[in-house]
Amino acid sequence: MTKAMSKQRHRYRRPVVSGLNLFVALVIVGIMLVPLYWAVVTSLKTLKQSFAIPTSLVPPTPTFANYSQVLHTQGHALLTSLIVAVGATVLSLLIAVPAAHALANFRFRVTGLVTLVLLITQTVPGIVLGTSFFKIFADIHMLNSYEGLIIADSTYCVPFAILVIRAFMISLPRELLEAAEVDGVTMLGALLRIVVPLAKPAIYSAALFSFLFAWGDFLFALTLNTSGTVVPMSLSIYSYLGQYESQWPGLMAAAVFAAIPSGMLLLLVQRGIRGGIATAGLKG
Amino acid sequence: MAVHPDTPVAPRGRPDGTRPGRRRLSRRRWLFLLPGVVYVVLLFAYPVVYNILLSVRASGVITFLHNTGGFVGLTNYRVAVTNPVLPGVVLNTLIFMAGSLIFQFGLGFLLALFFTQRFPLSVFLRSLILIPWLLPGVVTGIVLRLMFDPSLGMVNQVLSDLGIIHAPIQWLSSSHLALFVVVLANVWVGIPFNMLLLHGGLQDIPKDLYEAAKVDGAGRVRALRSITLPLMRPVVAVVLVLGFIYTLKVFDIVVIMTGGGPINATQLLSTWSYTLSFTNLDFGQGASVGTIMMLVSLVCAVAYVRTYRTELRR
Repeated sequence: MTKAMSKQRHRYRRPVVSGLNLFVALVIVGIMLVPLYWAVVTSLKTLKQSFAIPTSLVPPTPTFANYSQVLHTQGHALLTSLIVAVGATVLSLLIAVPAAHALANFRFRVTGLVTLVLLITQTVPGIVLGTSFFKIFADIHMLNSYEGLIIADSTYCVPFAILVIRAFMISLPRELLEAAEVDGVTMLGALLRIVVPLAKPAIYSAALFSFLFAWGDFLFALTLNTSGTVVPMSLSIYSYLGQYESQWPGLMAAAVFAAIPSGMLLLLVQRGIRGGIATAGLKG
Repeated sequence: MAVHPDTPVAPRGRPDGTRPGRRRLSRRRWLFLLPGVVYVVLLFAYPVVYNILLSVRASGVITFLHNTGGFVGLTNYRVAVTNPVLPGVVLNTLIFMAGSLIFQFGLGFLLALFFTQRFPLSVFLRSLILIPWLLPGVVTGIVLRLMFDPSLGMVNQVLSDLGIIHAPIQWLSSSHLALFVVVLANVWVGIPFNMLLLHGGLQDIPKDLYEAAKVDGAGRVRALRSITLPLMRPVVAVVLVLGFIYTLKVFDIVVIMTGGGPINATQLLSTWSYTLSFTNLDFGQGASVGTIMMLVSLVCAVAYVRTYRTELRR
């Protein structure tokens, strides 16, 4: 990507065509992002302004009151989302990094089979897992718990993370590992001191995608919560919608908060992790 | 990075190359993989089997909560298949999937082709298009629900400002239009994903092929037909199969936008399975619909693994 950027700095051969393309691209981006524009505009209106007909396409008197109100009333949900997402990410990496290392660098007879199973897990519909988890967690008293939701949210992340990190680790030079083995570095030491630092880009993208998945999860939050004790942002927005259907400015401010991690991830996507997405594709 | 003092010391290599305790060594290697394997067995294999067991046992909330439901064979499936709602749900799911796949792929491909050109800000603008794909489904659902609100939404406002409509359209409460709007929402999310993967595929095609074609007098259309499309086939297969798998799974956007309504007009297999289990509290029914979805996915998974392998072989 940086290469493409540096190329871009050269002069464009046909400035008219470039200008036209830029214009078309701006229109396309404009159309794609209109819903977000509308969300932000609505979040800056007062409730009364949001009900005005005809509805105004810019906020008449921009106000951040809705944002502070969301922080006030739904701060707890934001915190819950954060705890669950960080928990699911850490859990996923703790399991995925050693497994990816084993699948990439040790030769097991079952490597092919395990990879195949990992790919197939991604096709299991969430509602199937949600229904079973509901019953299993009810039996072991893990409904309405942070642990339960963290574990459920990590389900799709673990296979995804293993596949992405493994694909990257395979491309690393084997000589370093062999040298470490000769030097008598422990196996865990080799993983932590040699493989992990080299595989950082893949680990970061797996971590960020896991975080985003767990942060955005709605299905598990909905099915595994029966008492309202563990309510992440997604579920909070849903119940808010059910209670005050037409409180759009507040809802949109909440939506903007819920969208923050996506914006952060955008920076990473720009650095080209498409290989990893093609391998396992967590979202789609 | 500090190594934990309890770390087991691996046998050291000897100058003559022999290694003591080969079996112990390979057992230690398994320890790295074990958590992952246990995890997948406990949190994928077990729930999947559990779901199938739920689907062949007597359903209902009391039997469900007390584990007393007896084996009833395929009764739940028979009931689900003869449910008068089912034909509509299947049709909705087919329309939803076909509509989503066709439009997100078509538009995604066009955008990918467009963004292979170099112009100022092209990289930046292309990355901005990815935003809808990265948003949580709940955010997408709620923002688009507001967009299509009959009186407060921007869509009706703009359409009437342009003089295209004279009375507000009831997008989401019309049984004809609601499914269309939900497809549109899913296409909005799918376009960036398709564009991202297809753009990557296009970048991997060697540039000299196009130059050679140009020398041979081939025009742009000819180059597209004879170079781009054939070489893109594996990427296209991956994109479509992934699209199929994920479109079948879509849940949150629909629940937030319409809740499956009005009167099941946007009910999909995924949302119906949820409704049967968690609204009607008929878990046997919900689980049987879930199992049917899994079978559909599995067929696709085979296709997925095949295309993935061909991709790898390239």
